[in-house]
Formats: sequence, structure tokens, C-alpha cells
Amino acid sequence: MRVEIFNYGAGNLFSIQAALKKEGVRTALTRDGGGLEEADAIVLPGVGSFNQAANALPMARIREAVESGKPLLGVCLGLQLFFSRSEEGEGEGLSLFPGEVKRFRSPGVKVPQIGWNTLTVRRDSELTQGLEGDEWVYYVNSYYPATKGRWVSATTRYGVEFPAVVSERNVHGTQFHPEKSGEAGRVMLRNFLRTVKR
Amino acid sequence: MTLAKRVVPCLDVKAGRVVKGVRFAGLRDAGDPVELSSRYRDEGADEVVFLDVTASLEKRATMRSLVRGVAASLDIPFTVGGGIRSMADARLALASGADKVAVNTAALRDPRLITRLADVFGSQCVVVAIDAKRTERGYRVFSHSATRAVEVDAVEWAQRAAELGAGELLVTSIDRDGTRSGYDVELLRSVSSRVGVPVIASGGAGRLEHFLEAVVGGGCDAVLAASLFHYRELTVGQVKDYLAANGVVVRP
Repeated sequence: MRVEIFNYGAGNLFSIQAALKKEGVRTALTRDGGGLEEADAIVLPGVGSFNQAANALPMARIREAVESGKPLLGVCLGLQLFFSRSEEGEGEGLSLFPGEVKRFRSPGVKVPQIGWNTLTVRRDSELTQGLEGDEWVYYVNSYYPATKGRWVSATTRYGVEFPAVVSERNVHGTQFHPEKSGEAGRVMLRNFLRTVKR
Repeated sequence: MTLAKRVVPCLDVKAGRVVKGVRFAGLRDAGDPVELSSRYRDEGADEVVFLDVTASLEKRATMRSLVRGVAASLDIPFTVGGGIRSMADARLALASGADKVAVNTAALRDPRLITRLADVFGSQCVVVAIDAKRTERGYRVFSHSATRAVEVDAVEWAQRAAELGAGELLVTSIDRDGTRSGYDVELLRSVSSRVGVPVIASGGAGRLEHFLEAVVGGGCDAVLAASLFHYRELTVGQVKDYLAANGVVVRP
């Protein structure tokens, strides 16, 4: 299996790559999506800022690949890019789901959210299979996707209740970092890989 | 549930080995960084901080191979600091597998570095480390591994760093570092009550109660300790059990 990881500038791509390699997946980093047709799945990793990522990514090509049924996993910022707009910046996202990305601004909560918080599964999805109730997962985010609908599979509370896992058809995203979330993260990464046709 | 308070072992690294001194001096060998960080992960550490304690003095770059080694074996987040002086240093550390970078001396020299790092990598991976010492005129900042006094008030600097884009502050009491006499709760409270970003308590942990003091009295979001854990005087698990028994939310 070959997974294409988009490299849109800056940050830690090593960890998601290492986590996928541990599952026996071949990974390739791409900026322009050159190997997209041959890839079995796409990963939008969680580093950088919304604006910079939206401008750097070949959005039309990604949307096309997703529409053709190619599995997509978005992590953190990668999930936020599923939406059209973010309070973080001007750029335009993929508009795969309705809703927009908002900044945490509940009284008394520190921004960014950094650390371990619990996941509550609201609706079973391919990504959440095998999870045992309230799992602890690792977050580093100042923004969250404000969206409501059947695609919201799990939520987390941080001042507000926000979508933690979004999953519909071939599009899956986690607001937390599965590659940094110990065993629970590993389960969800494996679940994603299981959706990928070999 | 809510966001858990974090227990964070800190590994001071020199020439590829974990070392620990008292008040930033008199370093002793404390083990292999990859082995130690894996042990902490198994004990329940929420993340790990690596500080190259000599980098700022000797102008060495952060150890890329070490970061890679740790990143390949660790499935929890880790921060790398010490000798991060430029965008290029930060980029190298992050590309090698670090989740966050901590800046100290370089940010004091050029505070705009904080903003540049935040703009490119996002605030969430920019930690500003502040080494503070109590003086007659309040808490003052020290740079270069706590060897040089900077004419800056520590609390004001913390506020400014957060405004410039720091996503987290790592606040170390130089007076307490390695002494096991407890965190400087007053310093921690002064900082945490004035910034909207998470604060990591550092310097002085010696007993279980100290961790609780940093969270409850100091208002901190994470508690850091080094030698206590290295020499197995306390385990991460014991600290978490104690915090949980006292009503603090921790990840089991």
C-alpha cells in the first residue's frame, strides 16, 4: 500500500510517516500531488497554518481525487482543510463538508489546547471501530471545525463540545493527533488503512 | 471530561547523554535519552521535553540524530529546546520529528523570532522557555543556560512572549532547579494568572505535594521534573495517582 502525504511547508511530518511505516505502509511526501493517481490513499497532516496550507496545496487535484473515491485522512489542520473557511486565515479550504473552522474562545480555556483530552463516540464510524469508550487522545489546536451532521463521529469537550472525528464515505479526519495518541491513535490509524483498497 | 493536567519528564541532554545538575551546574550522567524516554512513556508520561543544556553556550546545533531516534520510538509528543536559534534550527528539529520547539536565549535576543516561528509552524509548536530568578526587584530573566542576567521582568516577558505568538510557556525557577525544595509557586501563579496560554511548571519538584502545589496554587497546566524521575525516586505513575487522588484530572 502506498500513501501520499502532503508536505505543505512546515513542521513535523516525520511522526505521521513513522506511524504509517510501522503499519507496513509505503509513504511518499509530495508538494504538488505528483504521485496522486498511483497513490492508494492521501494524508493531509496537521502542521502549519490554514492560510499557508490552503495556498500551497493543489486543492482542485485533491478534491478530484476524493471525488473519485480515493481515501483521505486529515489530521488536525488537515481535517480543518475539509471545510471552506477558517478564522485563522483568508485561504479557501476543500469545502467537503458544511461548516467552518472557529477559534476556541470560551471563558477560562487556554488557547491553544495542548494535551490529552477524552473522546466521546457519538456515532460509530469506520474510524472509531474497536475503541473502548472514552479514549484519551492528544490535541494541539487553537481552532476546531464547527460542523453538525451525520459525519461527526466523535466529539471532545474544551469549553465547547467540538467534532473530534469526522468520517463519511472515503473522507476521514481527526482533530487530535492519532500518531501521538498511543494505543487509541494506533487503532484509528489502522482503521483508516483498513478502508483503503489494496 | 476535560483537558488533563500533564506530567512531563524533562531530559537534559549533553553530548548524547542525559545529564542533570543542581542550579544548572555540576552535571551528572543519568542515562540514554531514547531508553529513558521510552521508559517514561510506559510509565504514563504525557509528553517529554529534551533540552540540550549546553547548546546555547557552545553554539551547537540541536542533535538531529537524537531527535530522529526518539521520534522513531516514541508515540507521545516531545519538545526539543536548547540551541534553537533560528527558523532553520526549528525547521530541522521539527522535520526530524519533534512536535514542539522551545526557544529561550534566541527569543530574548530577538523577540520577533517568536512571531516568525508561530506564523510558519503555528503557535502550538512554539514553546518559550523562561529561566527566572527571584531578586529584590521581582523575578528577573536569565539567558544562556541561566548564566547571564537580562534586564527584563520575568512576568512581563512571559506576557510579551504570549502576545508575540508563543503557544506555551516553560517557566523554570533557577533558585529551585535541582534542589527538590518545591516549585516556586508564586512565580508560577504570577505568570499563569496573566497569560492565556498553557504554562509548564519547572524547577524544584521533590515530593508528591509539590506537583499538586504547581497545579492548584501555581495554576499550571503541566508539571515538569527531571532528576526525580531519572533516579526513580518517584515514577510518573505515582505523581499521576497522587494528583488524581487529590481531584486533579490526569490521563490514567
